[in-house]
Amino acid sequence: MDVNNPFALYKWQALFDARELFIDGLTTTLEVTVGALVLSILLGIVFGIAGVFPNRVIRALNRVYVEFFQNTPLVIQVIFIYNALPHIHIVMPVLLIGIIGVGVYTGAYMAEAVRGGIMSVSKGQLEAAMSQGFNYWQAMWYIILPQTKKVMLPAMANQAINLVKNTSVLAMIAGGDLMYQADSWSGSNMYYGPAYFTAGVSYWIICFLLSKYINKLEKKAEV
Amino acid sequence: MIHLSGVNKYFGNNHVLKDINLHVKPAEKVVVIGPSGSGKSTMIRCINQLEKPDSGEVTVDGINLMKSKAQLKKIRQEAAMVFQQFNLYPHKTVLENLTIAPILVQGKNRDEAEQSGLDFLARVGLKDKASAYPSQLSGGQQQRVAIARALNMHPKIMLFDEPTSALDPEMIKEVLDVMVGLAHSGITMVCVTHEMGFAREVADHVIFMADGQILETGTPSAFFDNPQNERAQQFLSKIL
Repeated sequence: MDVNNPFALYKWQALFDARELFIDGLTTTLEVTVGALVLSILLGIVFGIAGVFPNRVIRALNRVYVEFFQNTPLVIQVIFIYNALPHIHIVMPVLLIGIIGVGVYTGAYMAEAVRGGIMSVSKGQLEAAMSQGFNYWQAMWYIILPQTKKVMLPAMANQAINLVKNTSVLAMIAGGDLMYQADSWSGSNMYYGPAYFTAGVSYWIICFLLSKYINKLEKKAEV
Repeated sequence: MIHLSGVNKYFGNNHVLKDINLHVKPAEKVVVIGPSGSGKSTMIRCINQLEKPDSGEVTVDGINLMKSKAQLKKIRQEAAMVFQQFNLYPHKTVLENLTIAPILVQGKNRDEAEQSGLDFLARVGLKDKASAYPSQLSGGQQQRVAIARALNMHPKIMLFDEPTSALDPEMIKEVLDVMVGLAHSGITMVCVTHEMGFAREVADHVIFMADGQILETGTPSAFFDNPQNERAQQFLSKIL
């Protein structure tokens, strides 16, 4: 047997036999991706608006959130949720830790994308809306935010794709995601070649499909 | 209708409005002229509180805006503004630009808002552009849409903040024609402009501002033919 060949055929055979494990991992990765994406977009909109809010205290909240989560490693944030929060009796299933950890982290980048988008809309738009009697939130929702799409979508797309890849941080806390399954399976039998190759290709496919979808949204936003 | 009393406004250390007193009666047309940076735009923007005065009183249609902030929304519906840069909503069609505030702010139903919107578009000569987007229109057309948008709020007061200053010369007339027509409709108008012909034709009062102060107020003929203030004389000698 060609044990020295990392991609030997029998190793692929073993991976195929263990496919359930990888499919489970992929499912977990997709669940975390969807959950974290939704959370990060919500946080991004809330903190992005906070970043341009007339009130200085609210603007400061945006800065604290963004600077904290952008400037500390995601791995540490997730390990903190996993290891430290139980000490204050906050215990969560790993799937939820993944969604919150990756979602809150990416939310900081989303917030910057939203803030940049809002700032790209001319000040006259808010004034026109206010002069017509809109309140701040109506003006934001109906007038400003719809105009931010063109600027915001590409930046948010980059973050969404980073988010997919960043879910692999769950491997650090036995998260049961694709990266974790590939890592633990190959760690027990040393068939790293097929395991990491398959995981890598899977991430690539998810990201590729996602970016194609976002391209479509961008085209629509331009019309 | 509009009373500004002792209004002061600072931008940082810059004292842009100095003890401004302005009184506009219902149906009166007031044209505000003066050199750039004289505070004309800031003053007109105090009327609908896009700028908040640092001191003084602003009363519009009997409501003191410095005291009752809750009434601001009502006043903004009664005093519609037309901006130098048009500020149409680019993601909305022309007709949607006219109807969004009546529907969302004034609670009109869509049919009613669209019907009156189309009437006002017809009045500014752009009924055929109802489903176009602002970017497909010329500057003059955009400003006429902006006027129609303001009118579709059915305001008692129209505020114009240099409505023709961002337009190519050949488009100024189409906008001024609409404004002249409007002036004859009996609405209260305050207009900041550099169009002296317009001021002469429609104004009941011309107000001359410089350095944040109102330096002269008079009828168009008195002001243009026989200005009393020295700054006003200098200003007029340069532009007429």
